Amino acid sequence: MRNAPPETTPFFARDREMQPPAFTPWYKTTVLRSPQRALISLEGTKSEITGPVFGHNIINDTDNDLIVNYAKPGEGPIGQRILVHGRVLDERGIGVPGALVEFWQANAGGRYRHKKETYLAPLDPNFGGFGRTLTDENGFYWFKTVKPGPYPWPNGVNDWRPAHIHFSVFGHGFAQRLITQMYFEGDPLIWICPIVKTIPDEEAIKRLIAPLDMNASIPHDMNAYKFDIVLRGRRSTLFENRKEGN
Amino acid sequence: MVQPLGYLKESASQTAGPYVHIGCTPNFTGIHGVYDQDLGSGSMVTDQTRGERITIRGHVFDGAGTPLKDALVEIWQADADGFYNSPSETRGTADPNFFGWARCPGDMDTGEFVFETIKPGRVPFREGRPMAPHVNFWIVARGINLGLNTRMYFSDEEEANGEDPILARIEHRVRVPTLIGRREGNTVTFDIYLQGDKETIFFDI
Repeated sequence: MRNAPPETTPFFARDREMQPPAFTPWYKTTVLRSPQRALISLEGTKSEITGPVFGHNIINDTDNDLIVNYAKPGEGPIGQRILVHGRVLDERGIGVPGALVEFWQANAGGRYRHKKETYLAPLDPNFGGFGRTLTDENGFYWFKTVKPGPYPWPNGVNDWRPAHIHFSVFGHGFAQRLITQMYFEGDPLIWICPIVKTIPDEEAIKRLIAPLDMNASIPHDMNAYKFDIVLRGRRSTLFENRKEGN
Repeated sequence: MVQPLGYLKESASQTAGPYVHIGCTPNFTGIHGVYDQDLGSGSMVTDQTRGERITIRGHVFDGAGTPLKDALVEIWQADADGFYNSPSETRGTADPNFFGWARCPGDMDTGEFVFETIKPGRVPFREGRPMAPHVNFWIVARGINLGLNTRMYFSDEEEANGEDPILARIEHRVRVPTLIGRREGNTVTFDIYLQGDKETIFFDI
């Protein structure tokens, strides 16, 4: 972790102009699950600016390698091998160290390993479809997996999810808690997806699309995709002698 | 022209989806052998934890009154003395035997969530006035585009609730009870309503 003292300041107000509103009827499940009253604004107290800290003791060595973490010895999942890497930053552009990042996805055929999943594509006996990692002192993270397939889902008659990986991210405060999804550059399904279209801001959608990163690709092994995640920033402590930010 | 401020924008939220369990509570959905146990599962309390033992139970209801069976609920709370187990807690040191955070998926058949915890102490508001004991909730699910934040206060803390600066600012007093967990014995029931007459107060934190 970084040697700077812990930050104790409130977070910036959340920009709800670019976050998806609760009620987006083209994504039908939101109709009955969207609060209709105005949120009560609550500037940060200790309850919001503090948050749990996870240690490396919870992480197993293969937690960030979905190619091996569920596979039988000597076997591996079917699919395009990829490396996903990036940083967890806050809105000040500062890396968030020690952030717990959890991820889950469908297999290469678009099928999730879940009791309630019914898509006809087969399960892959060597793919669990989830992992986790902690960011390093500069906020960097990476994991290996296979590229998930797109899949149909019951919403409209013919709605399909683009290929995506789900991310759950903890920052340093409970108010930073975020779940989002990463999409893949060049996928034509992105722009017709009802869930993507809950985001009212085109630039915000583009920030969820990971570009192919040939520099980080491993020759004769796997392509890389780069995905940065930005959590809410917090007011810097004034008059504090720090190397970065303010 | 002026200088650019240069701030980044928070990543847009997307729904946790119906399969949030795969990533967050894989053992719960029957995927064993990868994580020893699901993060944040089990009791929050050990023999050494200070404080009064309580069980928090509840459901998350949609606008048709149907309990969600695919929600994931996380709580974050102070210890018995009102200290958070966080580096950003500067007023004192929290009970080392109380982590303060837990997550629980709603039961796949009933939707019920359960937390075995302790009653938190009072935490000061920004200018030092004490807030009433409360537990912070974060709710995600399929059909929830951006995680919902709320708080649970306690029905047996009438006096403290009466002077809580957050509860005091709620204009529509008829809605205040949506934030109060109903205590009977050591069980506190806190049902969350996403819509309707009983819609829970959610916060923009």
